[in-house]
Amino acid sequence: MALTRDLIVQGLQMLLVVALAPLVTGFIRKAKARLVRRRGPSVFQPYRDLLKLVRKETVLAENASWLFRAAPYLVFAATWVAAALVPTFATGLLFNWTADLIAIVALLGSARFFLALAGMDVGTSFGGIGASRELMIASLAEPAMIMIVFSLALLVGSTQLSTIAAFMISPDVGLRVTLGLALVSLMMVGIAENARIPVDNPATHLELTMVHEAMVLEYSGRHLALIELASSLRLLLYLSLIACLFLPWGMVPLRPELSIATLGAYAIGASAYAAKLALGCVMLALFETTIAKMRVFRVPAFLGAALMLGFLGALLLFVSRGL
Amino acid sequence: MQATVLLWCAASLLALAVAAILLKSHRIASSLSYSLTATVCAVMCAIAVSCIGVAPSTGVTLPLGLPWIGAIFLVDPLSAFFLAIVNLGGLTASIYALGYGRHEQSPHRVLPFFPAFIAGMNLVLLAGDAFSFLVSWEFMSLTSWALVLVHHQDEESRRAGYLYVLMASFGTFALLLAFGLLAGPDGHYAFAVVRSQQISPPVAALVLLLVLLGAGSKAGLLPLHVWLPEAHPAAPSHVSALMSGVMTKVAVYAVIRILFDLTGPPQWWWGLIIILMGGATALMGVLHALFQTDMKRVLAYSTIENIGFIFVGLGLALAFQADHFTAAAALAFTAALFHALNHSLFKSLMFFGSGAVLTRTGERDMEKLGGLIHRMPVTALVVLGGAAALSALPPWNGFVSEWLTFQTILLSPELPQWGLRLFVPATGALLALSVALAAACFVRFYGIIFLGRPRSAASAHAQETDRWSLGVMLGLAVLCLLIGILPGYVIDLMAPVTQTLLGTHVPQQSSVAWLSLVPISKARSSYNGFLIFIFIAISASLAAYGIHRLASKATRRAPIWACGFSRLNPATQYTAASFAQPIRRVFGPFLFRAREHVEMPAPGSMAPARFRTKWNDVIWDMLYLPIAEGVRVSTDRLNVLQFLTIRRYLSLVFVALVVLLLVIAIWR
Repeated sequence: MALTRDLIVQGLQMLLVVALAPLVTGFIRKAKARLVRRRGPSVFQPYRDLLKLVRKETVLAENASWLFRAAPYLVFAATWVAAALVPTFATGLLFNWTADLIAIVALLGSARFFLALAGMDVGTSFGGIGASRELMIASLAEPAMIMIVFSLALLVGSTQLSTIAAFMISPDVGLRVTLGLALVSLMMVGIAENARIPVDNPATHLELTMVHEAMVLEYSGRHLALIELASSLRLLLYLSLIACLFLPWGMVPLRPELSIATLGAYAIGASAYAAKLALGCVMLALFETTIAKMRVFRVPAFLGAALMLGFLGALLLFVSRGL
Repeated sequence: MQATVLLWCAASLLALAVAAILLKSHRIASSLSYSLTATVCAVMCAIAVSCIGVAPSTGVTLPLGLPWIGAIFLVDPLSAFFLAIVNLGGLTASIYALGYGRHEQSPHRVLPFFPAFIAGMNLVLLAGDAFSFLVSWEFMSLTSWALVLVHHQDEESRRAGYLYVLMASFGTFALLLAFGLLAGPDGHYAFAVVRSQQISPPVAALVLLLVLLGAGSKAGLLPLHVWLPEAHPAAPSHVSALMSGVMTKVAVYAVIRILFDLTGPPQWWWGLIIILMGGATALMGVLHALFQTDMKRVLAYSTIENIGFIFVGLGLALAFQADHFTAAAALAFTAALFHALNHSLFKSLMFFGSGAVLTRTGERDMEKLGGLIHRMPVTALVVLGGAAALSALPPWNGFVSEWLTFQTILLSPELPQWGLRLFVPATGALLALSVALAAACFVRFYGIIFLGRPRSAASAHAQETDRWSLGVMLGLAVLCLLIGILPGYVIDLMAPVTQTLLGTHVPQQSSVAWLSLVPISKARSSYNGFLIFIFIAISASLAAYGIHRLASKATRRAPIWACGFSRLNPATQYTAASFAQPIRRVFGPFLFRAREHVEMPAPGSMAPARFRTKWNDVIWDMLYLPIAEGVRVSTDRLNVLQFLTIRRYLSLVFVALVVLLLVIAIWR
């Protein structure tokens, strides 16, 4: 019985993240449009875009290899698995012990690895420029992320996301400098990893400074739909991660008994999750509207700051352990 | 018993070497020699694996070597584990060479030394006393040196060989002194006796330094790595695979044998030194790898990075051991051993792949390759697996050892010493940085060589490589994936090794539910490569199924979008150098003194604009060039001694005698 319930929760979570991801993207676009006093497209526009893309003919370059065709599926699968392992409305997912936070970061790394390869497959300069810059950004963002994981893991004594989330709900977490540093660092990493302003511009195909969009320039049709969905999923993953780690209120704790009260708890958890997502989207939109995109070679300084903040947080814990 | 059989096997490898000399370049010499080597290696590998769990035997004493102890050879779990790595490497390299060896222009220069080299590595691992260890070590160095010089017509090969033999002699010399210190004034060279002796801390510190110089130079530890990226690529590819994948592990074995086994209880700062050296080696290795354009040099520098990773694990193990956290020490040690095994597998695979590319295109320069995924599809597939494993992507095996190392680092706040508490997280950051850079490096490696459009005619018309090579590469790729999916069995295999050296081992993994990896406790961390693999497979097939049910299947092939230009020259693609440019801009100015020069012609001038980049190996410039200069200057000065009269020579001898006598008099 408990196993079935866990399976259902895990399955729901998998479907939920896929179903919700385009909505998050649409919501951010809407919020950004409203902030600059445009009406903006409907929040459901990303769904329509995806539907349109899958119905369209796929145009492949003449020399595209099997890797180019397989990469969207691999990228999507790796991102989906990672997103399904981040607790959203309930902690204690059935399979959360299969991958801890380090493995989730590495799964996102796999997705990026294949996307960068696909960008280089056709042999245009756009793909190359995108791939090489994406990897430059990742080579700083990923260690920053690992440092954040270190900070959290040292605080909680675990790299399991569920355990960390359960610890964050509990009263003994308190206010800590390390958590503040980790939050700032995580936000910076999230902005870079999701190709948001000021690191990259998700709305353009025109600038030479673009990174993510340059890499996927050759994709079309169903392949592009998968890649777009994977990008939305990754954004949702980071929002859920920040929500789960730093705003854990309302989440259903570890595996309660099944009853009416529990169902109520799940309902509260779901609505709290929706509210947190909405808050995250609005914050991101606000941030993106008020800041200008930076030059690509300013990005290392930005991410270096994220890395140093994460490192400082971890170091504080290492040093304060003996005091 | 097993030691005897293994010794006979090593002897038969030596006999094969002699037979190869007699056969010269007979038509069947190559296939005969390689297939017999493969057989012997397979036998030895099987025996070694069966020996890992067996308690150390007394071994065999041969009436060779030093007259009062003879030459002792024995197997214990540690040497059995490394014997398995060495012979697995030897087996795959021999099978690969069945196909690859046909392209060798001068097989008579390879065939005698190849089995001898494998025999040398085996003898190092089997040696049970310092004398036979050093003799085998030197034998291994010299045979591999001969293999580096196979293509001695190349100026570059000769330079590499010269540098290698210099560094190897220096390394053996340092090890000789280390064993001298360990043996004490009475000259107890047998490991069993050395182990039971007490060594004073300053002597032990000196031993640590000498071991790091001696074995570290063989492994490619910073700053003794300079020979490695020259020598490893210069050899034929199957030998490169052996040198990079396997011989560096023999050096790791030497470090473990001396520091963990022979040198008594460790001090905490030994660990700190090794951790710092390892972290620096990992970062510098991968950055160098990112800037190379020769594909085999990329792989050689990546070896340096991985060696750094292994040494960080070993250093952590020493630090934990010194502070009596034996469980954590066992985990760190297991992570290092696991990475040693992983690296031997995927580095062999990558060198085999680059060897296949090299024979089919004749090019080692990445800037002249490209588009090989169309011409060599199977090679491209297996090398993709190797690249994913080297970039530590789940569910491949590289990720497991990375994950274990990170888990160990997360245990280190328990350590009482401030030095460790400050520098271990810093090393963690360095490792995280080098793992991310390794992914960039192998995207570049794979993307430039196999993807894109061919940059030369040779690359455009390459053919798929032979069946032997393909088979063995496929086997290695599958092994990498299997170890990544089922790491628990491998960790259990290592338990006897950690048990004998550290007195404890990581909890048994194969009995954990769902084949998860739970190194410490379930609440702390767990990883399940098997389920991750299944999940990725399921979600990818779900996505594929959904897309094929719902989406339009219409697909059209069209020319590449070239921004309106009709024909796009392959030269307009991103090159290996341009791919590395952003990272070079970030790390280069500080660590490599990288400079970019732009020459813009004056307006109206028809001269081309030029862009040049330049970077230096700072260690080479700051350490090796001054030493070389010092040697040159001092030999110039000492040249005078060659032209003295007999009277002066005699008086020199007299003065030397008096000085020595004075030294003894003061010493007493």
